[in-house]
Amino acid sequence: MLGLNSRDFKLFIIVCIMALAAPILLNPFPTASAMGESFNAGYPALMQRFVIFGILVIGFNILFGLTGYLSFGHAAFLGVGSYAAVWMFKLLSYNVVPAIILSVIVAGLFSVVIGYVSLRRSGIYFSILTLAFAQMSYQLAYSVFTPLTNGETGLQVYNDDPQILMGENSPTVPHFFGLEMNAQSVVDVAGWSFTFQNGYYLSAVFLILAFYLSIRIFRSPMGLMLRAIKSNQTRMSYTGINTKPYMLAAFVISGMYAGLAGGLLAAMDPLTGAERMFWTASGEIVVMAILGGVGTLIGPVLGAGIIKYLENIVSKINDGILHNWFAFMPDWLDNALVTIIHPFIGKGWHLTLGLLFMAVVIFLPGGLVQGGQKLGGLFRRKKTDDAADGAKTPAE
Amino acid sequence: MDAFILQILNGLDKGSAYALIALGLTLIFGTLGVVNFAHGALFMIGAFCAVTVQKLLGLSFDVIDPTQTDFLGNPLKVAIPYVEAWFGPAIGGAIQDWSVPLAILVVIPVMFLVGWAMERGLIKHFYNRPHADQILVTFGLAIVIGEIIKAFFGANPIQTPAPEVFIGTVDVGAWLGMDPGSVAYPTWRMVYFFFSAIIIAAVFAFLQFTTFGMVVRAGMADRETVGLLGIDIDKRFTLMFGLAAAVAGMAGVMYTPILSPHYNIGMDFLVLSFVVVVVGGMGSLPGAVLAGFLLGILQSFASMNEVKALIPGIDQIIIYLVAIIILLTRPRGLMGRKGVMED
Repeated sequence: MLGLNSRDFKLFIIVCIMALAAPILLNPFPTASAMGESFNAGYPALMQRFVIFGILVIGFNILFGLTGYLSFGHAAFLGVGSYAAVWMFKLLSYNVVPAIILSVIVAGLFSVVIGYVSLRRSGIYFSILTLAFAQMSYQLAYSVFTPLTNGETGLQVYNDDPQILMGENSPTVPHFFGLEMNAQSVVDVAGWSFTFQNGYYLSAVFLILAFYLSIRIFRSPMGLMLRAIKSNQTRMSYTGINTKPYMLAAFVISGMYAGLAGGLLAAMDPLTGAERMFWTASGEIVVMAILGGVGTLIGPVLGAGIIKYLENIVSKINDGILHNWFAFMPDWLDNALVTIIHPFIGKGWHLTLGLLFMAVVIFLPGGLVQGGQKLGGLFRRKKTDDAADGAKTPAE
Repeated sequence: MDAFILQILNGLDKGSAYALIALGLTLIFGTLGVVNFAHGALFMIGAFCAVTVQKLLGLSFDVIDPTQTDFLGNPLKVAIPYVEAWFGPAIGGAIQDWSVPLAILVVIPVMFLVGWAMERGLIKHFYNRPHADQILVTFGLAIVIGEIIKAFFGANPIQTPAPEVFIGTVDVGAWLGMDPGSVAYPTWRMVYFFFSAIIIAAVFAFLQFTTFGMVVRAGMADRETVGLLGIDIDKRFTLMFGLAAAVAGMAGVMYTPILSPHYNIGMDFLVLSFVVVVVGGMGSLPGAVLAGFLLGILQSFASMNEVKALIPGIDQIIIYLVAIIILLTRPRGLMGRKGVMED
């Protein structure tokens, strides 16, 4: 179906259902309950981040997962995409269509330039070149390009901006031909309340498209070629194949995905700043990809979702909430546990992230997908010859 | 002319820091073949050793002094640092004043231990894994170390002043026979430069003139053969990791009066040091030192107003720009060896 084999199609359908039903699926607990307040993730702001970062990491995975080239500057494309989108809002109108189109194009052009230069080297040199380009973009956004980026204030739309396509009654927030991004309908069912937001669904549709495209790329001759480059580039050259165009294509596609994600971020909230290009942001993309499982189809979506979810939940928990949870224990045990957990929650989220990341790299280089396969193998006994997503080799 | 000299001098202190960190990175890379993204964190641990020493020396107890009264007329509580109580005010005060140089004595064993623990506990298991995995795990470690430091010391920069004697400037212009006062340079930065020059010289001398260093160099050239000769090269390489950590730590300690340490300082330096290593040539020790000073000086020239007027924003990106140009024209860096990280 849709040009996919049955296994991929199943996976694709699962992702579609997950994405479209997320506002329901991510609200497993009644809204007012204590569990609901801490663990429910089905509100628009968070779900948007799930899908947008999902798109970003799917794109990153096309580069890193297939070719093994570790880009440490991917956030630059995200930032450029965001800037392009906000400029469209400033110049034309709040319609998201031109904004997203331009952000993809600009990020694509940007990645052609960076890719052309960086791909002349491989391995660690490639990582450092991309890192250098991203840092350069970040520094330039703060200094010389302030007229374009508005420096530290961040780029946003002002009342005196031209907005030439803006009609009398046009909405003053990002919209899709009149459908306002932040408009939402809330459905209350018993103790649950589900929020369906236009912006989320726009991003979700893009996620589905992005995911479909990535399956097609993974299964295409080009995907095979990219994988061959990963396993042995020298041999590819000996067989008389020029690997450069394939690499550049992968790099640019991956950059355009990042541009799309940047455009969507701006469409959800029409302001952006250079900190989106900082190298820790690039590092976070790598973390998501590794956590989910590099080189697998579903891994990036999982990784992005889990990191963003944990970030949100862990940084929200505080000592009071912990005391509530442990209320059934004797006081001394309660206090001891809270003291132990304290450094890892709230502001300590990055510590948890770092430890989690290290644990995954050390014990599960193939990410959670590999972990799932191992677990599945334990229970199933019979050897599955091919995993659902073709992730036979652990990531490199 | 004096502006020219001043810019060179300004570049020297930053360049020395880059050179020291890059030297350690290259040592680790040349011996163990590991790309250590946590090296900036080692620099930071060193800096926070200085902070800890300063705090420890400042520990005090309260004494009620009946001869003095506060503004309410009550007897005044006076905080007396323990060191002053033990050694008398003169020596005690001097010890506190010299806390940063004293921290060097603490940082060497501490960093050796940290480096040893890091290599034995974590990095050892990554020799046979791809470089990407090494980068990623050390990157994770750097995040963790930074966050632990933040949990203990807070997120704000902590002031650690240099000893009183070194505050102020030296008149370099007068030394060079120019008008007095034309080139004034902060004393501590001068100290930093000479300090790092000594460290760099010591590391090179150690590798060049001792038997241990000779074995290490042999191991860098051909690890397998050295192993076949019955030498436990792994143990020596572990020690070299400790040495690299100690160099980074000392660089961090001495840099604290120039830049107050905070939990992100390691990351800031790390990115630049990596660029330095790549420009110098992966695996080349002289290359790392040369590139460190070169980039430091280039950076300070780029931040001159005249240059900035000509090419706006150049001061922000000069290092990255140079790195890109070098990597594309001389792929092995300035002094890189053939066959290092070629794949």
